[in-house]
Amino acid sequence: MISSKDFRVVGKVTPRVDAEKLSRGKGAFSDDIEFRELLHLKVLRSPHAHARITSIDTSKAKALAGVHAVLTHEDLPRIPHTTAGQGWPEPSPYDTVILDNKVRFVGDRVAAVAAETSEIAEKACSLIEVDYETLEALFDPEKASKPGAIIIHDEEDSSGIFDKSSNIASKLEATYGDVEEAFKDAYKIFEEHYEVGYVQQASIEPHICITWLDEDDRLVIRTTTQVPFHVRRIVANVLQLPVKKIRVMKPRVGGGFGGKQEILNEELCGAFTMATGKAVRYWMTREEELHAARTRHPQKLFFKTAVSKEGKILAMEVRVIENTGAYGTHGHTVMTVTGNKIFSMYNIPNIKFVGEAVYTNLPVAGAFRGYGTPQGIFALESHIDEIADKLGIDQIEFRLNNLYKEGDSLPITSKMAEGGGADAQVIRSSGLEECIRRGAKAIGWGSPKEPTAVGRSRGIGIAINTQGSGIPNVDMAASSIKMNEDGSFNLLCGATDIGTGSDTALAQIAAEALCVPVDDILIYSSDTDMTPFDTGAYASSTTYISGAAVLVAAKKVKSQILDVAAEMLEVEKEHLICSDSKVSTQEGKIVTYEQICLYSLYQRNQFQIMAVGSTVSSESPPPYSVVFADVEVDDDTGQIRLLKLVAAVDCGVAVNPHMAEGQVEGAITQGMGYALSEFMPFDKNGAPLFKTFRDYNIFRSSDMPEIEIILVETYEPTGPYGAKAVAEVPISGPAPAIANAVSNAVGARVRSLPITPEKVWKELKNNNN
Amino acid sequence: MKSITISVNDKKIHAEIPAPQTLLDFLRSNGIMSVKRGCESGECGSCAVLVDDEPRASCITLTLQADGKEVKTVDALSTRPDLSELQKRFIEVGAIQCGYCTPALLLLADHYLNNALSPSEKELREAISGVLCRCTGYLKPVEAIKKEFKAN
Repeated sequence: MISSKDFRVVGKVTPRVDAEKLSRGKGAFSDDIEFRELLHLKVLRSPHAHARITSIDTSKAKALAGVHAVLTHEDLPRIPHTTAGQGWPEPSPYDTVILDNKVRFVGDRVAAVAAETSEIAEKACSLIEVDYETLEALFDPEKASKPGAIIIHDEEDSSGIFDKSSNIASKLEATYGDVEEAFKDAYKIFEEHYEVGYVQQASIEPHICITWLDEDDRLVIRTTTQVPFHVRRIVANVLQLPVKKIRVMKPRVGGGFGGKQEILNEELCGAFTMATGKAVRYWMTREEELHAARTRHPQKLFFKTAVSKEGKILAMEVRVIENTGAYGTHGHTVMTVTGNKIFSMYNIPNIKFVGEAVYTNLPVAGAFRGYGTPQGIFALESHIDEIADKLGIDQIEFRLNNLYKEGDSLPITSKMAEGGGADAQVIRSSGLEECIRRGAKAIGWGSPKEPTAVGRSRGIGIAINTQGSGIPNVDMAASSIKMNEDGSFNLLCGATDIGTGSDTALAQIAAEALCVPVDDILIYSSDTDMTPFDTGAYASSTTYISGAAVLVAAKKVKSQILDVAAEMLEVEKEHLICSDSKVSTQEGKIVTYEQICLYSLYQRNQFQIMAVGSTVSSESPPPYSVVFADVEVDDDTGQIRLLKLVAAVDCGVAVNPHMAEGQVEGAITQGMGYALSEFMPFDKNGAPLFKTFRDYNIFRSSDMPEIEIILVETYEPTGPYGAKAVAEVPISGPAPAIANAVSNAVGARVRSLPITPEKVWKELKNNNN
Repeated sequence: MKSITISVNDKKIHAEIPAPQTLLDFLRSNGIMSVKRGCESGECGSCAVLVDDEPRASCITLTLQADGKEVKTVDALSTRPDLSELQKRFIEVGAIQCGYCTPALLLLADHYLNNALSPSEKELREAISGVLCRCTGYLKPVEAIKKEFKAN
């Protein structure tokens, strides 16, 4: 069995390649660039949840000194598109135009101004006179498709919407076996529903975009993106420019979490540069980030599950109503992943999934770490816990009885895959059972601890889940490697490091394959003019897909190095060995990489040692996460104290163990926010009530409970050096684990997020009545 | 316009500035890019600086309020080519992910270590609680800082 012990660089603690400059606070991010002349962009946003713009007068705004351009829907062509930032052809509906004559949520774009300072631009926005015809607004997803509901997308030119007249953006169905038949024979049937609301990615660096025309009049876009190549393609379409006229540069990015997959400002910024010929900067304020950027799709999930007397799950039917907000971006694919992951955990012979993504006049949902999985897993893992409880079976035993195991194939993956079609995935590596075993030991499963004070009860909960490693047959990556005279290599990747550390992981993979230290790999990502194509940083794809592309390129380069060495040493290539930046014969004759490169560039049969590697995978191996929560609940008030969280994760071989741990730590912290503190309330007119980090509570250093991270190594045979994904999988566990722990502590079952003391208190009261 | 003199990392800057200008804008327009803009309302802490050795959110501090005072940013923690011990600890334990909040965390941690008589984890977590990090869960940053106070 191969393991990380067999590698020199992979699986070893390696400092991040960008750590020094980041620790010094060097100007590495999108906004850290200075221009002699720069216009500042501000967007006038809608105060109404649903309204038609009947007239718009920009004359006063344009007359303000320092204003260079004002754009409204009257100035730009209508090009329906999706802001989702996905591959082509796009699975999200084309229901958005750059500026529209209709607004569909509080915060929707109305007009925009570019001026010499942001203060002038803001003042000019306030001088734009807009007349609105307000329309009835739709806030309840369950009413969206009912007859008589107002139609949110009544424009004629949108396309790809499942049913405009009933506000259904997308519909999804999958089934195998026969649920109806199975329900007839069941020992017991359990029906329950669960609900999850809006939360926000909240990267600390907001969306920032700067655009300008270079000396060849090409549009340069420097932006905080996860998908530089999709930005180029989509902006080209929206601005009606050829792709060759656009260059997208991604500097360091201050966190993305899915929010920066969206094309939220690049097209608008670009439109102003095209209109003025000047450099334009757009910085989204935190208030704009919180309600006009993207969010996690709220869902209501209805479960019906049949079990046998022996505790086997016989059938499961799941119906989902998903709120995609005012636009349908990611609505379909997120719901696909919800279904796909719900049915990738337990071996259930009969299943049915029905999902409907509907429009409302609320903020737009999009991609957010986990991508449909946290919603589905909160419901599934709460539901499984409830069933085990009612059957009187230990929560772990019930799960182990029903789990998919290594070697099993996952029929759901051929029925419902994000990229459309794929063969049923086979689980080639699974550390799930070991994660459960080691996590249970760490939390003290089976030996309940005493509460720390009188009037409190203590409980433990578990939740397990999976994710993918890229989208099979869709995610594609390429990289190129070029050798330099000192034996170093330039590694150019389209893969997008957004703070995840992928530059380091990819450099480690190249260093391992090329037998050099990581220091000798100079990685650069990403610039559409310079680096090969990559679909981008999403779907936990970078290590698995882009890492495989780096490995392909590195192997080709190594082969060229051996060709040159064979010529220099006058021996057969097959008899040569690479190690420590040199090539040697079995007799001990040596040429260094430096000598090889100098020879190849200056001496004989000169050529550049260089190669491109490119990959697409038909497989998307599942990483696994098991989360245990230890909580204490106040018996009277429902106050929850999270005492400890254990996360055990199987990500195959962790290419960089510190970074893999870091991914788990960050993901579970976001998951704890989803569980306990993060939500987005609105007033009766659909206006957001939380506009700052004072209201929208993400965990602070002083809020953290005790955390224990366990990496369970497996070797994924299809991954580069045995690696699977790690970034998303740990985020889904905390919410159901905490809900299950609360139930275990005081018998209060909270079936919606966040789990607040008020909800617990209400359940306690219900139980007492 | 107002005339001010501020010592930034021991270098005196004289400037004419508009009265409403924030210290964040002043520093960034003077090339101090380590001070980050995250919320402009003093809640995320990415723009943290020390003004006369007191932590301040520079996005809600006027440049005028720093007139005649000493402003310190993460740039003052080390001189090239060497990093400070704390910066090295951050790198060694993997405490840096996207790096956007890192300068602020380092600056506040350094300030805490310089001032705490008997440093404790609880106090330390309070000391850096004004800086929001969405990547790390604070685990490795706290580990890095704790190693440093154990080392001294």
